[in-house]
Amino acid sequence: MASAMACLVSTGTGAAFASAQTAGTMDTIALRTIAPGPNTARSILATSEPERTVPTVSLQQDWPSPVNDQEHRLFTLVDVLEYRPSTAKRESTSDYRWDIEGWYGGDYNRLWFKSEGQRDTAFKADYDVDFQLLYGRFIRKYYDIQVGGRVETQSFRGANVTRGQTVIGIEGLVPYNYDVEAALFIDLDGKVSGRLSLTKDFLLTQRLILQGRFETSAAVQRVERFTTGSGLNYLEFGMRLRYEIRREFAPYIGFSLDRSFGETATLVRQEGGDPSQIRLVTGLRAWF
Amino acid sequence: MPNTFGPISRRLLLKRAGALGLLTAMQHLLLACRINSLIPSALAGTQPAMLSGEVIDLDIGEYRFTVGDRSAPAMTINGTIPGPLIRLKEGQEATLRVTNRLAESTSIHWHGILLKPDMDGVPGVSFGGIAPGTTFIYRFPVQQSGTYWYHSHSGGQELQGMYAPMIVDPIEPDPFQYDREYVVMLSDWTVESPETVLSNLKKLPGYYNFQRRTLGQFFEDASRMGWWPALQDYLMWDQMRMDPTDFADVTGYTFTYLLNGVSPAANWTGLFRPGEKVRLRFINAAAMTFFDVHIPDLKMTVVQADGQNVQPVIVDEFRMGVAETFDVIVELPEDRAYTIFAETMDRSGYARGTLAPRAGITAAVPPRRPRPVRTMADMGMPMEHGGMGGMKDPHVSGMQMPGMEPSSDTPHGQEMPHMHGIQEMPGMKADDQRRSKIPGIEPVKHGPDDHGTGNQMIAEYSRNMMHEPGRGLEGSSRRVLLYTDLKSLTPYPDQREPEREIELHVTGNMDRYMWSFDGETYSESQDPIRFRYGERLRLTLVNDTMMEHPLHLHGMWMQLENGTGAYLPRKHTVIVKPAERVSVAITADAPGRWAFHCHLLLHMEAGMFRVVEVSDNTHGGHS
Repeated sequence: MASAMACLVSTGTGAAFASAQTAGTMDTIALRTIAPGPNTARSILATSEPERTVPTVSLQQDWPSPVNDQEHRLFTLVDVLEYRPSTAKRESTSDYRWDIEGWYGGDYNRLWFKSEGQRDTAFKADYDVDFQLLYGRFIRKYYDIQVGGRVETQSFRGANVTRGQTVIGIEGLVPYNYDVEAALFIDLDGKVSGRLSLTKDFLLTQRLILQGRFETSAAVQRVERFTTGSGLNYLEFGMRLRYEIRREFAPYIGFSLDRSFGETATLVRQEGGDPSQIRLVTGLRAWF
Repeated sequence: MPNTFGPISRRLLLKRAGALGLLTAMQHLLLACRINSLIPSALAGTQPAMLSGEVIDLDIGEYRFTVGDRSAPAMTINGTIPGPLIRLKEGQEATLRVTNRLAESTSIHWHGILLKPDMDGVPGVSFGGIAPGTTFIYRFPVQQSGTYWYHSHSGGQELQGMYAPMIVDPIEPDPFQYDREYVVMLSDWTVESPETVLSNLKKLPGYYNFQRRTLGQFFEDASRMGWWPALQDYLMWDQMRMDPTDFADVTGYTFTYLLNGVSPAANWTGLFRPGEKVRLRFINAAAMTFFDVHIPDLKMTVVQADGQNVQPVIVDEFRMGVAETFDVIVELPEDRAYTIFAETMDRSGYARGTLAPRAGITAAVPPRRPRPVRTMADMGMPMEHGGMGGMKDPHVSGMQMPGMEPSSDTPHGQEMPHMHGIQEMPGMKADDQRRSKIPGIEPVKHGPDDHGTGNQMIAEYSRNMMHEPGRGLEGSSRRVLLYTDLKSLTPYPDQREPEREIELHVTGNMDRYMWSFDGETYSESQDPIRFRYGERLRLTLVNDTMMEHPLHLHGMWMQLENGTGAYLPRKHTVIVKPAERVSVAITADAPGRWAFHCHLLLHMEAGMFRVVEVSDNTHGGHS
């Protein structure tokens, strides 16, 4: 049987021959694993070592991975980016709101970033914006445990206020296909609050999709500076009907029911806001 | 059948060797291959190519490929999609010089060909790849015959057009007659780059599925099965966080399905003279697509599977997992056209061609069937004896034909009554020496290991389903090829009972488009699966996912343990259905490191890949 020979011919300069892996017939192979040692592909190329009986059982160190299963990717989801026209019956102006999140990483370990923001003159502060940066670890088949920091800033009583918080959260898909995001925020001075949101998609057609959205937040301590009472702060319930022109690009219309409770509602009233309102929304859901 | 498959006549042999019929046929094929293909500049200087001989040169280059009115960059072998047909002769020494004119590394893997590992062409397993601007010379003795193919094993190049047929003519002529032959190579093509497709799936696993359940469909189901059962069914799937319409990760939304490189609209046509028998060499070279193939009004006689002769089986339809090949013979007595119809398993599209007595005539294209729905059986739920609660609708529950009587297998599988879903094997006749027990024919409970976060669910009970045609084909009035139909034409030499068993679970997490074995990707588990040189072992594959996976072992045959006794058929690629347990017997006669992976390209790329190492250094070799 002819020897099986691998030739690697460099087209530019002269030819370099790879090692001749001589094989006997199947029957005569005496099998031996090559002890790799410093035996890189290069040294095989350079020398004509005694014939091996087993071709390349050892992994060559400078070979690429056969599959690219550790690729890192960047994902950004603009779940809510919307305009909220003013309601006729009161003097409120038009408002806006966004909810963006995304990650960079692989299957298990991801760097998450999130931002929510709104201008809501009738409801709470003039604007309320937060940004989170979190490390996330994929666990239990469906969930990301997330730990990191959050910065929140509000314009309230004509002044800008800002606070930093530590975040411990969990995000994932729970039974019945609800996307759940829950987080605990701990102020630097120890004040604790939390937020929970749930969304779920209902397919009316393949592209016309109704998203239900529920969000609530609560605080252990009253933080008047941030229009936050202790206890339940607010509930938000919305329905947004989107049309996926492409998967990545879907304009929507819908409504949002927002209601403050308890101490928070009182604070909102003191500021001249309305603790309970229904807003029409129109916006864009997109990801890339 | 016997008259069809009698010994070949000298005259026919000469006729074939004279190549008149064959070469004419091949030219039709190759001409048709390029009807819609590359931009003219890519074609300049190339001729329709069938390559054979002692030394064959292949050039890997980048061109643009046009389907319809859309074109995109393609990776090609000698400038065409598919690449040139390589025709070898059993017993020859093949020398294939592959020159890489791409800007990136490439490789060619000879799918199904037995050779030394350093000729197998898997970067990172058997060699380092072919660097840009270099030529790699593959050289190996050709020790087998049949229909095979070759393709890139580097990144997404296969999806971009790097695949082509390979035929090895036998020394002893095949024991069946035909007047003409065609390669029918099925594939999928998209203008999106492989990276984009995989990225879309990683970000939104249902990205390409536009056949999901909707409100409208709920009303339809409710009116058919009743409100409460329909609601229960929808809620059950929601509760499990699974999508019962997930039959293909990538669909006709982005894919155009090609037959010999030609779109359905362009309609590849193979010519015949009425009265001829034509051998069709089907090769599924798709990256991500299973096809269900049939030719309306024609019976197909399957004579080869994965390049290996099998006892002829007459069927109406067969399912092709990615990378499988089936050779069929069709008799064409009439002066009319026939449509070769290869519908995708998810029914989102099809590849199509025509067999016609004259160019330009066509036959009707059959209507597409509704897309199937996953069932409790796909989840490995214990449902064998009606433990299904309220699920009584066969469309939803997938309960298999309860009224069918157990039937015995007819010799050679011919004229077998339609018998999907019955328990064919357990009550086997003791007097039939061809029968053997099918491992896993009785449901096996899953062990306590749920394979971690990389695996979404487990098949609580897995069982062998080789006697079932597969989801979407059950209940068909057509005779569909079953894996239990495949019987080797002659017994293979190694008739030892496997000495030991390796069980490997096929796993994944659809929520993140993660794919793995035993819950771990290749990167997470680079330790090879060790076979002892010379041993006969049983590899048992258990599918814990809700998708069909075509699993491919390099370097050695897998013999389907499908109950055919001494006639276990050889396969290089084996479909494992959801919740199925499939055992293959392997003779570990090929020392070295070999790839074992899912042949859905993006599953492999996502990590459903292992190295199998055959050596005798562990635990004392045995022969």
